[in-house]
Amino acid sequence: MTDAPGQDLDSLYQEIILDHYKNPLHAGLRDPFEAEVHHVNPTCGDEITMRVHLDGGVVGDVSYDALGCSISQASCSVMADLVIGKPVEEAMAIHESFLTLMQGKGQVEPDEDVLEDGIAFAGVAKFPARVKCALLSWMAWKDATTQSQGQTQEATNG
Amino acid sequence: MIEGLLPQLDIVRKDFPILERTLAGGLPLIYLDSANTSQKPQVVIDTMVDHLERHNANISRAMHQLGAESTEAFEAARDKVAAFIGAPSRDEVIFTKNASEALNLVANSLAWATGDLAIGPGDEVLITEMEHHSNIVPWQLLTERKGATLRWFGLTDDGHLDLDGPQGIDELITERTKVVSFTWVSNMLGTINPVAEITRRAHEVGAIVVVDASQSAPQMPTDLAAMDPVERPDIIAFTGHKVVGPTGIGVLWGRGDLLAQLPPFLGGGEMIETVRMERSTYAPIPHRFEAGTPPIVEAVGLGAAVDYLGELGLSAVRDHEHAITAYALDGLATVPGLRVLGPLDAAERGGAISFEVDGVHPHDIAQVLDARGVAVRAGHHCAKPAHARFGVQSSTRMSSYLYTTPAEIDALVEALEYTRSYFKLG
Repeated sequence: MTDAPGQDLDSLYQEIILDHYKNPLHAGLRDPFEAEVHHVNPTCGDEITMRVHLDGGVVGDVSYDALGCSISQASCSVMADLVIGKPVEEAMAIHESFLTLMQGKGQVEPDEDVLEDGIAFAGVAKFPARVKCALLSWMAWKDATTQSQGQTQEATNG
Repeated sequence: MIEGLLPQLDIVRKDFPILERTLAGGLPLIYLDSANTSQKPQVVIDTMVDHLERHNANISRAMHQLGAESTEAFEAARDKVAAFIGAPSRDEVIFTKNASEALNLVANSLAWATGDLAIGPGDEVLITEMEHHSNIVPWQLLTERKGATLRWFGLTDDGHLDLDGPQGIDELITERTKVVSFTWVSNMLGTINPVAEITRRAHEVGAIVVVDASQSAPQMPTDLAAMDPVERPDIIAFTGHKVVGPTGIGVLWGRGDLLAQLPPFLGGGEMIETVRMERSTYAPIPHRFEAGTPPIVEAVGLGAAVDYLGELGLSAVRDHEHAITAYALDGLATVPGLRVLGPLDAAERGGAISFEVDGVHPHDIAQVLDARGVAVRAGHHCAKPAHARFGVQSSTRMSSYLYTTPAEIDALVEALEYTRSYFKLG
């Protein structure tokens, strides 16, 4: 059997994506954490619970419990692996870069030095219905990180 | 040859121009998403174009020939819809935007009702766990706003309403029950519910019975006038676009004396008798519930749609759906790791079949099927509680209709096999 000639399924389902889907990195919910968020994709029902731990301006840990399609699960795995251990500022820049790639309708050339395995999602940008799948975990991470920063700030001030 | 298919199915298919088109890469379209929206026959398209080209005018307020023609076409559509559902009176047919608006109209009007119809603390509204969100949320809003209690029938493992269990019909329908609202046919599980039995029990305690007919009206004969009044719902709602009509038009049928008792929903033009600055009086039904310029061409298109279905015959459509559904259940059973959610007997269900496949998420299934030209729906189908009941977050749903062929079901099964191989599942 061959792929349909009209749609390039393999550009969507890159091997890297399927690998992360089958063996997600950093999965599970762990302590310590400063913020826990729950995000859903209302159209398909995909859900994620995510915890972020910041350690002196560095992303100490990202842990999660996610239910969803291969794209959303793999994206979460890639994202966690990319940002853990990075300074928050750099992690935010990676986030921005991934967002630009996803919203680029397939016209943006990804930077492998910044996104590493994340470049596998370049094909997803050509499937508008799937962009939200790829972004679910990234949005959850940004939300949780912002909340964690608030917590850390309060602790410092308090 | 499969028994029960529509005679001359290939000719019927030619009535639907979209079925002739191809998708990217020249693939034929295999449309198995009719529970989401049905495709439209040429006669519906032509009727709407003709109305816009030749008869367009506002209705009931234009004192010219076009206005008269447009009004006549709009009201003729009401007659056709009344005939389609066997309404005891054509004035009991209210045009809305869709089924959701129809259900919200009822729930909101009940929130404002006084006297016998008033709902408050201690009163109960009874729904079911298999409802579409549009038959859950309006009742949550009503009961929250009025301090009433929302209750619901649970589901059995095989996808039926649990009417006989400890939380069954004897427990849940009581003198506190004011409204019972449930779907005739589930959009997710496909289950056909016992409308007559539930309605009779609800009427014994004086409750109003609302039935969401969005999935039943397209595929089963509806003859309200022929029903025993104690077993006939007080209100039914369905949408135009699932009965081969256009979007933007829905139908609320209600028992005349009940509708006349309900306070207005939307205020505005057309729904009044007279307006003074202090207060207004209201038009009789159906116009009492049709404020503003209605979706005129959509109503006219819906009239053509139900005429089309009437000519095919709803019994013949039901037989076709039954035959295709049975064939699909057999085909799906051959796919390893596939589990159908809902009844496995085609006689107990409509043409929407939701399923899950071990190891592949519904979104990924739908994506691979789409690449093979097979259009299905993936997600929660606006029925999250029903999914939760079966311990799944989402499912893939194929839904057939009067134009579906056995060959299309074969293509679905083949594409599901391909999906499994694509994701390296055995």
